[in-house]
Amino acid sequence: MPVSNSSLGIFDIAGSAMTAQSQRMNVTASNLANADSVAGPDGQPYRARQVVFEMAPAPGQAIGGVKVARVVEDSSPLHMVHDPKNPLANADGYVAQSNVNVVEEMVNMISASRSYQANVEVLNTAKTLMLKTLTVGQ
Amino acid sequence: MIDKLDSTLRFHQLALNLRAARQEVLATNIAHADTPNFKARDFDFNTALTQAVERGRQSGSLPMAGTSSGHLPGVAGGGVDAELLYRAPAQSSVDGNTVEMDVERVNFADNAMRYEANLAVLGSKIKTLLTAVQQ
Repeated sequence: MPVSNSSLGIFDIAGSAMTAQSQRMNVTASNLANADSVAGPDGQPYRARQVVFEMAPAPGQAIGGVKVARVVEDSSPLHMVHDPKNPLANADGYVAQSNVNVVEEMVNMISASRSYQANVEVLNTAKTLMLKTLTVGQ
Repeated sequence: MIDKLDSTLRFHQLALNLRAARQEVLATNIAHADTPNFKARDFDFNTALTQAVERGRQSGSLPMAGTSSGHLPGVAGGGVDAELLYRAPAQSSVDGNTVEMDVERVNFADNAMRYEANLAVLGSKIKTLLTAVQQ
């Protein structure tokens, strides 16, 4: 299987992973911020969103960067809270809150942050190696 | 003479190319630590280098046409063609991803160090040649 021949590829790969992880972090931030929202602009309660990562190889290559294939909405049941005084409460006095699982989102955030750090380290190592390569024979 | 200089440094060129390619494969593994169903890849450096040297010795798959006896046998090189294998995970995860961050990080650091070692050897070789030229 052919492997591309330029160390610049590492920058593309680690860079795409960093973009993807920061997008995941963005979605997590949106989920955490909306953990207690009761209704979005469409009148429906907020549903947790998750990013789906996918491999994005260049044509004819076996390896490649990361891309966010899509952002999916969590279809798990909404969180029903008994709050008859709320204007959005239904006939039984229940308010539909977002289905965000705060614990899960925190774990997601830590995981994204660690992955981001790992990729920064990869980038730094690749940069050091390339700079060393430039000074070979001097 | 130029041919001799080239053949002195060719081994290092092959080795550095393969190290850079492996670095890229390992970077891909680290980048895809959270991609569902991604299978970690790697190649065996020893085998790949042996094959590359063998291929070079057979004077290349793409020799230049020589129309005169004075022409040097040019060999197209530089392409990295290593057989990518799949890593067997010690603990696989639920989403089908086989990247184990510790293994990848260790391999990445190890490969980076060996790349630098290779550069150091190549640098001293070039210095030796330069000294010989300047005498």
